[in-house]
Formats: sequence, structure tokens, C-alpha cells
Amino acid sequence: MTVRTVLQSADITRALTRISHEILESNRGGSDLVLLGIPTRGVILAQRLGRILESIDPAVGESLASVGSLDVTMYRDDLGAQPTRAPSPTQLPASGIDGKTVVLVDDVLYSGRTIRAALDALGDHGRPRAVRLAVLVDRGHRELPIRADFVGKNLPTSAEERINVRLREIDGIEEVSIES
Amino acid sequence: MRHLLSTKGIDRATAVGILDVAEDMADVATREVKKLPTLRGKTVINLFFEDSTRTRTSFELAAKRLSADLVTFSAKGSSVSKGESLKDTAQTLAAMGADAVVIRHSASGAAHVLAQSGWIDAAILNAGDGTHEHPTQALLDAYTMRKRLHGVASRGRDLDGLRVTIVGDILHSRVARSNVWLLEALGASVTLVAPATLLPSDLSTWPVTYGYSFDAALDQSPDVVMMLRIQAERMSAAFFPNAREYAREWGLDDERLDRLRADTMVMHPGPMNRGLEISARAADSPRSTVLEQVANGVSIRMAVLYLLLSGEREADQ
Amino acid sequence: MSPTTLLITAATLPDGSHTDILVEHGTITELGARLSRAGATTVDGDGLQALPGLVDLHTHLREPGFEQSETVLTGSRAAAIGGFTAVHAMANTSPVADTAGVVEQVHSLGEQHGYVTVRPIGAVTMGLAGTQLSEIGAMAGSRAGVTVFSDDGKCVADALLMRRALEYVKTFDGVIAQHAQEPRLTEGAQMNEGALSGELGLRGWPAVAEEAIIARDVLLAHHVGARLHICHLSTAGSVEVIRWAKARGIAVTAEVTPHHLLLTEELARSYDPRFKVNPPLRRDEDVQALRTALADGTIDIVATDHAPHPMESKECAWDEASFGMVGLESALSVVQLAMVDSGLIGWADVARVLSTTPARIGRLAGYSDPFAVGAPAQFTLVDPSARREFAVGQLHGKGVNSPYLGRTLPGRVVATVHDGYATVLDGELVDAATVAQNARVHRG
Ligand SMILES: [Zn+2]
Repeated sequence: MTVRTVLQSADITRALTRISHEILESNRGGSDLVLLGIPTRGVILAQRLGRILESIDPAVGESLASVGSLDVTMYRDDLGAQPTRAPSPTQLPASGIDGKTVVLVDDVLYSGRTIRAALDALGDHGRPRAVRLAVLVDRGHRELPIRADFVGKNLPTSAEERINVRLREIDGIEEVSIES
Repeated sequence: MRHLLSTKGIDRATAVGILDVAEDMADVATREVKKLPTLRGKTVINLFFEDSTRTRTSFELAAKRLSADLVTFSAKGSSVSKGESLKDTAQTLAAMGADAVVIRHSASGAAHVLAQSGWIDAAILNAGDGTHEHPTQALLDAYTMRKRLHGVASRGRDLDGLRVTIVGDILHSRVARSNVWLLEALGASVTLVAPATLLPSDLSTWPVTYGYSFDAALDQSPDVVMMLRIQAERMSAAFFPNAREYAREWGLDDERLDRLRADTMVMHPGPMNRGLEISARAADSPRSTVLEQVANGVSIRMAVLYLLLSGEREADQ
Repeated sequence: MSPTTLLITAATLPDGSHTDILVEHGTITELGARLSRAGATTVDGDGLQALPGLVDLHTHLREPGFEQSETVLTGSRAAAIGGFTAVHAMANTSPVADTAGVVEQVHSLGEQHGYVTVRPIGAVTMGLAGTQLSEIGAMAGSRAGVTVFSDDGKCVADALLMRRALEYVKTFDGVIAQHAQEPRLTEGAQMNEGALSGELGLRGWPAVAEEAIIARDVLLAHHVGARLHICHLSTAGSVEVIRWAKARGIAVTAEVTPHHLLLTEELARSYDPRFKVNPPLRRDEDVQALRTALADGTIDIVATDHAPHPMESKECAWDEASFGMVGLESALSVVQLAMVDSGLIGWADVARVLSTTPARIGRLAGYSDPFAVGAPAQFTLVDPSARREFAVGQLHGKGVNSPYLGRTLPGRVVATVHDGYATVLDGELVDAATVAQNARVHRG
């Protein structure tokens, strides 16, 4: 087993900053924007993106301030194939998601099934104007017609490899590595 | 979790875990779309050998909110009551492809027999077996207590230090048994109160204290008073002389209600005999959790169905 | 080769001595070393324990009326493979064995099949209803020669009726075998009453319901000067009552079942109805008290309470299941495990509690001095060193409701000789036609 670090702390911060700029650009500002992280690490990333957005344009702060989480456990299609997962809470902004631009945030985009589940879950909570997807790493191997709008880094991998995303808030260290 | 047959032997982490999943399930009831796709394609069979509209309905709602296909097999009046054995029924349900069987039966241990028999491979959920256990009732009771105590901050919490007094027909109560084991696992302490005729003859292995006087128990200022339903047929079997005497000694009447702290919870698994084990004022007072218990029952049953039907079935025996 | 000339070489007798045994025409004709007889069927008895033919005082053969559970033939075969040469068939058949007609029928079926002596037990009351005495005298005087009377399955609960029954059977040197169970205290009872029954939510069967009846009945037996036998004693308290009664010289005898010597109520935790039996399995303290009492003679005998049931009576919830276990095929092994291998008794005691004494209580002739020249040849040969995984294949009656399935039991019956001919050879039952033929020859 070999482990190779592909992103270090500074790389991650740089990637998130770039994504923040791209989000603001594509949304033509920060209005009616909702960032929803997919547990567990997507939630951390969404919170960081929210802070960066605010620091770029403090005016965004008032209209944005909408960072939440969206649990997709109950919408997965692989319940019988995986060990039982404990669901995490879903927290949506008090003003809801109707008519908003929702940016789903996750750490790794792989088969696309998690995002499929997230889209289904979102539909049961309301009707956003548009849904975007931001991921820290896109490792390929899609099984569904899903792509990310904002990508921190494309990492071509083989299916046997594992991508480990470690974030300070949860793991104590900050890096992205490939295990093969 | 392979089956849910009893709360005996459940550990605290598992119990808290179930209550936490139920928190998420409860959120669904507040949404526009009160339904999750989670158990799409799974078949849940409600096998009720005993009438119980409330429990049956609660499980039905839980299964439907999770998008399972649900069939209620009310064994009363069907071939089952005409001598078809548990075995034949189980094999029939297996042939129909049941993924989970929710069983209510008048015989203690019926759910165990079903789970161990090899007649059927489905997850077995005990919805009340004779005078043995009723695990989802205890779970919803614990959930209700935790919610009252901790509100939105309930997740991850146990019931450490909570003092619960259970009053009534302990001997015949599956609700009491399931509560005793579950509350012990969650760190609560339990006191049982009943006439000696309605307590098991030997409580030495139960993690409880017990007494005969309701008033003495109230002197201890319990955090929760759980009243059990008393059945009229117990009178004819000489467990107590008559309803009047029972109500006077072991009923939660207005006078006893007024002795409770304002934040003491009054619980009852229902259906209530108003005026017998509980006065109307007690049942309807702000201390009463009766309606919360009903609502929470659906969340708990959703959580249990989810936990039984997700995950690799073979992996966690 | 004469089927009824048998030579057993170098077997060990209950007293520990070794001998050859020659059997001719139904009788032991020679004992000693290096015997030989041309044409004899020879069994190598080296390493085998010889025991007098086992006598069961408590067997449910189910015929007539419940032939789907057992018949006289299938029950007799189960008995023979278990080392028995005589069984006492309980009266709770349909019709009930409360007339000379029924007991003669059962008796003669036993004779025809020839695996064991079948001695019918007569009902104490008509239809086991507990209200009116059955035709005790007619049954005693019938060809079946009934000496033991019992309403087993039910208790003779009415004190006056019990008194009269005790007095009346004195007339015929009979004995009442009481199933001691106070009926009101055990309504709907499912298992031993105690902490476990409370936990499992199964209706309790309190020890006092047995002890109260035994206490009453030993006093009644004393009062009227009659013999009393107590079936399937199951509690430490019952042992105390019997000990007290015997100390006062009351003519009471008591039996214990193999399962009450080995198994405890803990098995009910599984809710597996194979462990549902009446009286119920009790606490470990009770098991220990029963073992001690059997060893010191307070309890006189072991009897199987062999109670076969069809599969469907056990494939259901506990409350709905029938009471009872089959026991003939496993009894000797269980006694070896619980009593001999644990050092409490020796093989001479086994002979006493499973043969000599039950025969004496039942007034069954021919068992008082079993290994003597001239004695009727009723014996069994056991390999005590064998170990067997107890499985359905070892059950030869119709019932498979054994609590020992899946357990390893010690000992194996290698041969059983009844009325001078083999019913079991090389650990296998001799076929029914041969046995019936030999029985016919023996009767002459
Ligand atoms: Zn009996």
C-alpha cells in the first residue's frame, strides 16, 4: 500500500478560493445563493466557502449567509450493499430554498450516485431556481450523467485507488491523498 | 441490526443511535413532502395476530413514509385463527418475498420463534408479544422523555440520572418490561409500583426498585410517572378487589397529580381508562405526553425499519 | 443357530464382577468364565456394562387414540433401543384406559409386538375427569393385571377422591401414582415461576403447586395406610416433603425424570417449545437437590415421562405448544451423564433406580434378582465409553421432540435382551417380524 499526497493545506485553500470566485462570477454576485454541504466533509467545505465568499465581498454577507447541510442517506440506492449508515441532520436556511440558487458542496465526486441522491432529496425540500455542484476533487469514473460546475482539482484515478480527504476540523490534519 | 425482538441486552450506544435516527425521521413530518424513498422496493408485512389499531396504524404510516410496499396481514378472522400455524404463516410470507415482518402476537416469544425458526429469512420486528416485550413502545417512550428534557439538543443524549416510576399491572405488561431494560441501558433509574399481586413474584434479577405504595413513590418526586393500562379481567382473577379500590390506591387522580412537580412527565402507552388508572385532568394536563408519544411512535418505527432494512443483511448477525 | 440361545462373553455386572451369560429358552442358564454353547448367538461383552432390563414406570404410548404421536409398536421400539424391557403405559389415551377392555387391548398389543413388556396403567377416575373412580378392580383383575393407577397429565385434585382412591387400591395391592399439580395454582402455567418467568413473560408454574399436593397426599397415605407414588418430582421443596414423609415411615415412593436431573429453566430463554414440559424445568438448585435425593434414596426411581408429540405441536409459539419430551431413547445416557459420570452413583445404583425398584413398585415379577441362574433373561448391555451426537436418527419412536438434539451424550445401548431373545443387537433394533416371532415362541 502506498500513500501519495496530492493536495496540501495551501493547495486546498487556493482551490476553495478559486471556486468561490467562480461561484460569484457565474451567479453574478452573491444574491439568493444557498450553499448546502453533503455530510460529512462537504458540510465543512460549504462553511469554508461561505466564509471566503463573505471575505471577498462583505456585501455578500447579508444576502448570502445561507450555508446549510443536506443529508442524502435516506435517498441512496445502495442501502442493502453497504453497512448501515446513521443519517446526519439536514439543515436548510430558514428562508428555504425555493427560487434560490443552490450550490451542492461535496469533497469527492466519483460515481455521481451521491449527487443523484442529493438532487432527489432537494426536490423533496423545495424548488430551487438552479442547482450547481462544487467539489474539491473530481476523480472520474462517473456512472450517471452528472458533472461538477466547480472543481478544485481533477484527479484521474483507477477504481482500485482510494481518495482520502482530510480536513482540520474533523481529522486534525489537512490534505488530500491517494492510497493505492 | 438483524431483528428487533426485545430491549433486553441493548447497549447504550445502540439505543441512543436509534433515538438519533428517529430525530431525523421526525424532521420528515415537518416537511412539505412527508415521504422518503429509502425503502422503495422493500416489502414490509404487518402480521397482527392480535387487534391493535394504534400500533398497526403507526407501523403502517412509518413504512409508507419510507416508501416501502406494505401489506397488513390481520390474522384475526383469517386462516391463522382457524388453526393455521405460525410456521405455515411464516413460510407463506417468505414465499411472498417479505423483507420485514412486524409481528404482534398474544404469545410471549412468538417473535423470537419466528426469528430463530429458519422458516423465514426476513427481518423480524416485535410489535408486542404476549406479556413479554414491546420494544418500539419503550423506544418511543424514551424518545419522548429525551425530547422533553433536551428539546432540539436531544441528539446524542442518553437519560442518565432520570428517575422513572412505572405504576400498574407490571406482571402482565410488555410495555413495562421493555421500558425496564431500555431505561437501564440509557442510564435512567426505574421504580415499579403495583399491588403485590401485579408484580412478578421474583424481581431479584431486574434492575429496578419496587414498592407497593404509589404515595410513597410520589414522595420521591420522580421525573417521570408512567401509568399502565389496567384490564378489567384482572379483577375476576382476584388480582385486586374492584376498580374503586384500585383507582384509590394506584390511580393517578387529581390529588396525586397536584403533588407532582410542574416538569414531571405523565406518560401512558394508551389506550387509557380515564377515571381508573388516570384521571381526565391528568391525561389532559400539560405534564401529559400522551399525544407526543403517539407522534413519536411513527418516527421511532421509521428509524427501526430503516435500521433493519438497510446495511448488509448477512454482515451483522 | 437358535435365535433364543444367546451367549454374552465377559460382560461387567452391576456389582463390578465379570462373567459370561448364557441364555436359553428365555432364562439365564449359566454364569461363569469361558462358557460356550454350539449354535448360540454370541455377543462380545468385553467393556460392556450389563444392566437388568430397564423398567419405565411412566411412559406415554398414545395408543389408542393418538397414533399420529406414537403407537404401542413405535414406543416399544424406542424403549428397546433405550435398554428397556418393560414400560408402564399411561392411561391418558382416547378412550382413556379406565376399563378392562382398553387395558387388555394395550397389554396384548405389547405382547404381540414383543419388544418390551407393556404394562398398562389404569386411570384413577373415569375419563380422567376427577369426579368418579374408574373400574379399578376390573382392571386389576383383567389379563393386563393392572397394579398402578394414575390420572397422569392431570392431578387427582379432589382430596376426598384421592383418599378413597388410596384406600380402594389397597384392596388389590395397587398403588396410586399422583401427578402432583394443584390445578388452580397452575392455570395457564407455562414454565417454572420465578425471576425468569417474570422476565420472559411466561405464566409461572410455582413449586408450591407441586409441593402442596405432595404434602397433602403423603398425609392422606399415612392416614389410610396406603401406598403412594409421586410422579416426576421436580423441586427441592418436594424432596424435603418426601424426606420428611419417609422419615415418618409413610409408604411413599418418588420418581424423577432424566430431564429434571439435567436441564434447567434457562433453556426457556430460547422460547424453543422442545423445552416445554410438565412439570416444567426448574432452577439449578432444584436439579442439584433432585440428584442428591436420587443418590441418597429419597427419590426411589428414574422414570422417563416419555411424551411424544407430532411436529406441529412443537413448531409454534411457546404458549401454544404441547407439554412433553420424548425420553426413552436418551434416558440411560442422561442418567449416566447426570449421575454416574458426575460420581454421585454407580452402576449398581443405576440398576436399582431404573430396574429393580420400579419393577417392585409396579409389582412386576422377574426383576428382583436379575443376574442369577434361573432368572428370566431381561437385560441390556451398554457401552459406557461411547459418546454420541444425539440426533433425530437416534430416535426410534414417532416423536422427535427431544430436548437433547444437538447435544453429545455418553453411553450407547449395544444389545437388549427381553424374555430371552434380542430386541437390540449391535446397537440396532432387531426387525419387527423377528421380534414378534420370538415373542410368539416365548409365549408358547
Ligand atoms: Zn405427569
